[in-house]
Amino acid sequence: MSGRIQIIINGRPVEVAAGTSVAAAVMMAGEACRISVHGEPRAPLCGMGICMECRAKVNGVQHQRTCQMVCAAGMKVVTE
Amino acid sequence: MKVAFDVVIVGAGPGGIAAATAAAEAGKRVCIVDDNRAPGGQIWRGFDQVDPKKYPHGDVYLRWTSRLRKTSCEVWTGWQATDHPAAGCLRVERDGEIRDIRFLSLILATGARERFLPFPGWTLPGVTGAGGLQALVKSGLDPRGKRVVVAGTGPLLLAIAGGLASAGAEIVAIYEQAPLARLILFGAGLARHAEKLAEGLSYRRKTRRAPYRTSTWIKRVEGSGRVERVVVTNGRKEWTHICDWIACGFHLVPNLELPRLLGCRVVDGYVEVDSLQQSSVKGVACIGELTGIGGIDKAILEGQIAGWAAADRGAEATGAARALGPHKRFARELDRAFALREELRGLAQPETFVCRCEDVTYAELAGCGGWREAKLHTRCGMGACQGRICGAATEFLFGWQTGGVRPPAFPVAVSAVTPKVDAPNPICK
Repeated sequence: MSGRIQIIINGRPVEVAAGTSVAAAVMMAGEACRISVHGEPRAPLCGMGICMECRAKVNGVQHQRTCQMVCAAGMKVVTE
Repeated sequence: MKVAFDVVIVGAGPGGIAAATAAAEAGKRVCIVDDNRAPGGQIWRGFDQVDPKKYPHGDVYLRWTSRLRKTSCEVWTGWQATDHPAAGCLRVERDGEIRDIRFLSLILATGARERFLPFPGWTLPGVTGAGGLQALVKSGLDPRGKRVVVAGTGPLLLAIAGGLASAGAEIVAIYEQAPLARLILFGAGLARHAEKLAEGLSYRRKTRRAPYRTSTWIKRVEGSGRVERVVVTNGRKEWTHICDWIACGFHLVPNLELPRLLGCRVVDGYVEVDSLQQSSVKGVACIGELTGIGGIDKAILEGQIAGWAAADRGAEATGAARALGPHKRFARELDRAFALREELRGLAQPETFVCRCEDVTYAELAGCGGWREAKLHTRCGMGACQGRICGAATEFLFGWQTGGVRPPAFPVAVSAVTPKVDAPNPICK
């Protein structure tokens, strides 16, 4: 992974290595991903696109599986 | 959009790549679809971003991917197989776009996922799968300085702990629920697979400062809004570790959704196949973890067999199939060695969520007579993961039979499956 890029997580600029998944970036930013139906914060569990716990809003699109997405410069991620 | 190939393969892990290579080298028009952003499956995840030679199985990755690149095989990454709308047709989706791919032969190489079991605190941020944390680290998560407890069961625990330690994590301890006696028996059986034994020992060396305890499991995880500490037990006493992350998975279960959607017969948790990897559905082969959790060597061999079979190279396929015996035996021995202990059924408390998507508690499920009743009455298994996580848990906890996959086999946006309407809808405006 060469080079670093910046993305925006909940309005805050975060720098990550190019090639980093959005889920990994959100974890490193110390954020959870979604709020469960009973109001609990949830974060990535399976890391491989199965469990759906890593869903967040990416570039305005809701319910994106962030573990299967790669960070792109300027990407806007909003967790619940 | 419709396209056509002779052979379509779902899953670009080692097995899928071997199948595609065998079929394409034999002159067939081949396409692999995979929902990940790069080929490699789980074991080779992230290898396109690093020097594979520095990682276990990296040489095998380089050999197979370079062979595949020399063929005309198309590799569609980011595409999720969702439906089988007609015979000889697979529907795939990416970013809201739908394509139908026609095929003469279909090879399913969808691999496996971790089995998760509910315990108090397992929904806290910072609790991931064991393979889950490994996958996240391979995807750029920086584990340096993080205190990690690795727990659950399976041969992957050591590999994962070794990988995390190499990447800079502080492995606090490794807790394997299986008893030592069974692991010794399993290890003795590995004499036939010397390279696997050597691989296991090399991982252990990387984590030698961390205790590796058998017959030990997580009782609960505590913390306010995230993991702060974990209570573990060996059934006689309990103790606590302060830690940042818990990497906990209970071996693997095959991703059976697509084989089930297609109607492939499943026996004792795995797809039933003949000696040339053909399932009960004509033209559909299944390979790798779908037919028994056996790892990379079994997957590659079965991939080649299915690839040659799909390319009418019966002699090569039959020849390769003769070498499968030890790999099948290894898969059975794995299942036996890492079978789950009874005590794990008692970990979830009445208020523990079993279904994470819909927040359904153990107490709500304990009153249900089966999977279908649980779905109808509690919404267990009806959320976004469609029972992929809680299904395997309830099979163990309650002995329920899950299954019964209906399309789409994976969540897709409604806009992707409904016709485009040009005029604005007056009701939804």
